[in-house]
Amino acid sequence: MTGPGEVVPNLALLIAAIILQACSTLPLLFRRSALSQKISASLMVLASMIGTTGAVRSLTDPAAHSLLLDWSLPFGPAEIGIDPLSALFLLPIFIITGCSALYGVGYWPAQKHPHTVTRLTFFLGLLAASLTTVVMARNAILFLIAWEMMALGSFFSLTTDDKHEEVRDAGILYLITTHLGTLVLFALFSLLSINGSFLFPAAASLSALHPLANAIFITALIGFGVKAGMMPLHVWLPSAHASAPSHISAIMSGVVLKMGIYGMVRVFSFFAQVPLWWGATILVLGMISGVVGVAFALGQHDLKRLLAYHSIENIGIILMGMGVALIGQATGSQAMMLLGMAGCLLHVLNHALFKALLFLGAGSVIHAVGTREIDLMGGVGRRLPLTASLFLAGSVAICGLPPLNGFVSEIMVYLGCFRGVAFSNGSAVGLTALAVPALALVGGLAVACFVKVYGTVFLGIPRTEEHSGGHEAPGNMLVPMGVLAGFCAVIGLAPWLVAPLLAGAVAGWHPSLANSTAALTSLVPFNWISLLSTSLTLCILVGTWVIVRRTSGNEHSTAPTWGCGYLRPTPRMQYTATSFAEMLVKYFRDLLRPQEYSPEITGIFPAPTRYSSHITEVVLEGLYLPFLEYLYRKTAPFRRLQHGRLHLYILYILVTLVVLLVVTVNS
Amino acid sequence: MPDTLLHIVLIVVMPPLLLGVIAKTKAAFAGRTGAPFLQPYYDLSRLLRKGTVTSDTTTLIFRSGPVITLAATLFAALLVPLGKHAAPVSFEGDMILFAYLFALGRFFTTLAALDTGSSFEGMGAAREVSFACLAEPTLFFALITMTRLSGTLSLTPMLNYLSPSVWMGTGAALLLLLAGLYIVLLAENCRIPFDDPTTHLELTMIHEVMVLDHSGPYFGCILYGAALKLYLLGALFMNIALPLTSGNSVADWGLFILSMLILAVSIGIVESVMARLRLIRIPQLLIAAMILTAFSFVLVVR
Repeated sequence: MTGPGEVVPNLALLIAAIILQACSTLPLLFRRSALSQKISASLMVLASMIGTTGAVRSLTDPAAHSLLLDWSLPFGPAEIGIDPLSALFLLPIFIITGCSALYGVGYWPAQKHPHTVTRLTFFLGLLAASLTTVVMARNAILFLIAWEMMALGSFFSLTTDDKHEEVRDAGILYLITTHLGTLVLFALFSLLSINGSFLFPAAASLSALHPLANAIFITALIGFGVKAGMMPLHVWLPSAHASAPSHISAIMSGVVLKMGIYGMVRVFSFFAQVPLWWGATILVLGMISGVVGVAFALGQHDLKRLLAYHSIENIGIILMGMGVALIGQATGSQAMMLLGMAGCLLHVLNHALFKALLFLGAGSVIHAVGTREIDLMGGVGRRLPLTASLFLAGSVAICGLPPLNGFVSEIMVYLGCFRGVAFSNGSAVGLTALAVPALALVGGLAVACFVKVYGTVFLGIPRTEEHSGGHEAPGNMLVPMGVLAGFCAVIGLAPWLVAPLLAGAVAGWHPSLANSTAALTSLVPFNWISLLSTSLTLCILVGTWVIVRRTSGNEHSTAPTWGCGYLRPTPRMQYTATSFAEMLVKYFRDLLRPQEYSPEITGIFPAPTRYSSHITEVVLEGLYLPFLEYLYRKTAPFRRLQHGRLHLYILYILVTLVVLLVVTVNS
Repeated sequence: MPDTLLHIVLIVVMPPLLLGVIAKTKAAFAGRTGAPFLQPYYDLSRLLRKGTVTSDTTTLIFRSGPVITLAATLFAALLVPLGKHAAPVSFEGDMILFAYLFALGRFFTTLAALDTGSSFEGMGAAREVSFACLAEPTLFFALITMTRLSGTLSLTPMLNYLSPSVWMGTGAALLLLLAGLYIVLLAENCRIPFDDPTTHLELTMIHEVMVLDHSGPYFGCILYGAALKLYLLGALFMNIALPLTSGNSVADWGLFILSMLILAVSIGIVESVMARLRLIRIPQLLIAAMILTAFSFVLVVR
C-alpha cells in the first residue's frame, strides 16, 4: 500500500485511461462529422491500450496501490486503487469498450445517424469511464457514484433508438430494476460501514461470525445479482440487450453484467472464513441460471434476445465457479478455492470476449439482412463469409468446446467440482456432484442452441426474398471482431499464458492463495490442453485441406441437395430454428410455457395455414408483474401524497429537515 | 512404449471390425450367412476411392464437418485406456476433454447437415442434439461415480482401479452404472432401439439421415468416425464391466480384444431381439438411464 499523494505508474496509466474515456466524445461536441467520430473512437482505443497495459502490469504485481482523494463531500475521503483482482476485471472493460468504440464507427456512422451519434458516443465514453471507476473505487461513496453513472450511461446508450416503443420499454424496465438493485446496495454498504468508516475493509479482515455477516451476504447477493442478471433477478436483461445498438449490447453483456460478479467477489473477499451455506446458495443459483438461461435461449427467435439469454447461462457458469470456491473456503480445500475462483474469473474474461464477438457479429448480420428474426434469415454465410467464420469461432467458444477459450474456464470449474466429489465429505459432496451433470446439461443445450443459430442464420439458402440481400461488413467492423476472436484463440491454444494472471487475481480474493501460480499449473493441465488443442487445430486444417484437394477433380461434381426424390424443393422447406428447437422446448415445457398457435387441419385439401410458437419472459410476466399489480392496487391511498404540486413537495422537504433537526439536537 | 504403439494400432485398425461382428450376429439371428466380417473395411476403401457429389448450397462447413468430427474422435481415442493398460495421454481432467471432444464432433456433424438446407437433415440434426443433451449428464454421472469410487481425476487410474474385489464391494452401484452406460452407448452410437443404422429413408432416423448428402471420402470419414466412437465408448464400458487382468501385458491385450468382440456380439443380440422404439419413447429411456447412474452415485457415497 502506498501512501496518499504518491502515484505509482500503474495507477497513473489507469487514471489517464479513465480521463481519456470520459473525454473521448469532445471532438464530436465541437464538430459533428465522420472525422470527429473517428477521432473519438481512436481516443477510446488509445484509452484501452493504455489501460490494458496498466491492468496487465498490475496483475503481475501482487501489491495493492491506492490513492486517497480528500474531497469535501460527506462520508469521508474517496479512495481509488488497484490490485490484481480489480485489474482482472479491467481487462474485459478495456478490451470490449475499445473494440466496441471502433465497431461503432462502421455500425453507427455519423452521416447516417446525425442526431444520435453525439449522444451515443458521449454515453459510451461515460459508460466506459464509470466502469473503470467502479472497479477501482475503494470506498462506498465513490463506488456508488460510479455505479449510478454506469447505470445511467447504459440506460442512455441502450435507448439511443428511442423512437421505438419496445426500446423505451426495455430502457424503463432496466432503469427500474437497476435502481432497485442500487437500493439494496445502499443497505449493503451501510451494513459494511457499521464501524464508521466508508472505506472498503481489507481482504480477509472480517469474520463470518460477525453478527451482520449473513445480512451482508444476502444484500450483496441481491444487489449485485440484479446487475449480473442472476436468475430470478434477470428480468431486465433480455429486452435491454435485444434493444440496444449491437456494440452497446456487447458492452452490457460482456462487461456491465460482470460488475455484479465483481461486486460479489469483492464483498466476499472481505471475509476470512465463510459458512458453507453461502457457497451452496451461490452454486445452486448458478446451476439454475445456467440451465434455465440456456433453456430460454433455445426458444428464442430474435437473434439478440437469444444471445442475451446466453449471458444468463454464462453468468450461471461463473456463479458455479464462485460457489465451488466458497464451498472450498468453507471446507478448507485450497484446491477447490483455487480452481473455482480461477475458473470463475477466467470465465468472466472469456465470456466478455466471445459474447462481445457474437453481439458484434449479430450486429453485422442484422445490418446486412435487415431483420433480427432468425427464421427469416438463411445462407448469410455465403454473403458475409468473414463475419460468418468469426461468428463460428464465437459459437465454438461459447459452447465451451475445445480448442477455444470457453473450454479452459469450464474445465477449471469442472475440476473444482470433481475435486469436491472425490475428496470432500458431507454435504459438499452432494452439492458439487450435482453441479457436474448440471454443467454437462448446460453444455449440451448450448451446443444445440448454437447449432440452431449458426445453421439457420449462416447456412442453407435465404428463406425469404426480402432478407436475401446484404454484403460483407466493412473493415472497421471486422477488425474488432477479429481481435476478439484472436484473444479467444490465444487463451484456448495457450492457456498457460493466463495462469500467472489468474493466480494474481485469485490472491486478491483471498490472501491465503498468494503465489499460487505453481499450484494452479499443477491442478489444471494447461500444458496438455495447449498441446492437444494446438495439434487438434493443425490436424483439422491439414485434414480439410487434404480432403478438399482430393475431391476437386473431374469425377467430383455438384448437384442440388438431395430431396429424397422430391423434385421441386423450395427454400421454405428448410428446417427452421423453431422446428429445430421444438423437441427441446417441449422437454422444458413446464418451465418455458411456450405460447403456441397451431390451427387444426381439416378436409382433404386444407387451406394454407400457419403455426407459431412464442416464449415470453415467464418470470417477469408470470411472477413480478402480477405482484406489482397487486402492490399498485393496495398502495393506492399513499399515492395521494404524490400529486405533482411542486410547492407542496418543497414543504415535505422542509418538514423532514425540521424533524431531523429536532431529533438530532435533542440527542 | 510397445503398449502405446499397440493402442494406436488398435484404434486405427479395429473399429470397423465391430461393425462387421454386429452385422454377422444379426445375420446369424435371422438365419442368413451375412456379409463377411471384413465387409466394413471393403466399404471404407471403396468410399475413399469414389468420386463425390456435393450439394450446391453448401459451404466449407459441409466439407470440413466430417474431418473435424473424425479428428476430434481420434484425439479422444488417445485418452481412453484399452483394457488394463495406460492410455497414451493421461492427465487430471482428461475425462472432461474426452466428453467435450465428442461434443465438438457433434457440433460440426450437425452443422454440416444443416448446411445442405434439406429438411430431412435438419430433422436428424435436431434429434441428434436433443438426445445428446439427455445422454451427456448420464455420462458425467457415471464419471463422478467413478471419481468418488477411485479417488482419482483421470480416466486411466479411474478405470484401472476397478477389479473383481471392487466389484464384490460395490456390485450394486456398478450394475446400475453399467445399465445407464449401456443405454448411453447405444444412444450415442445410434443403434437399435434408438436408431436403425441400416436404413436412412425414414422420417424417424437420426444419424444416417444427417449424412444423406455426404458421399465418397467424406462419407468414408463419417463411417470410420462412427465406428471409432462406438469402439471408444465400448472400451469405456468394457473396462468397467470386465475389469479382469492376467498380470501379463500381452495376455491383457488379448483379453481386451476378446471383450470388445463380446460387446459387439451383445449389441448384435440387442439389435436382433428388439424393435426400434417410437421416437417419443427415446427421451424417457434416456432419462431412465440418467436416474440409474444417479442412483449408482448415491450408493457409492452412502
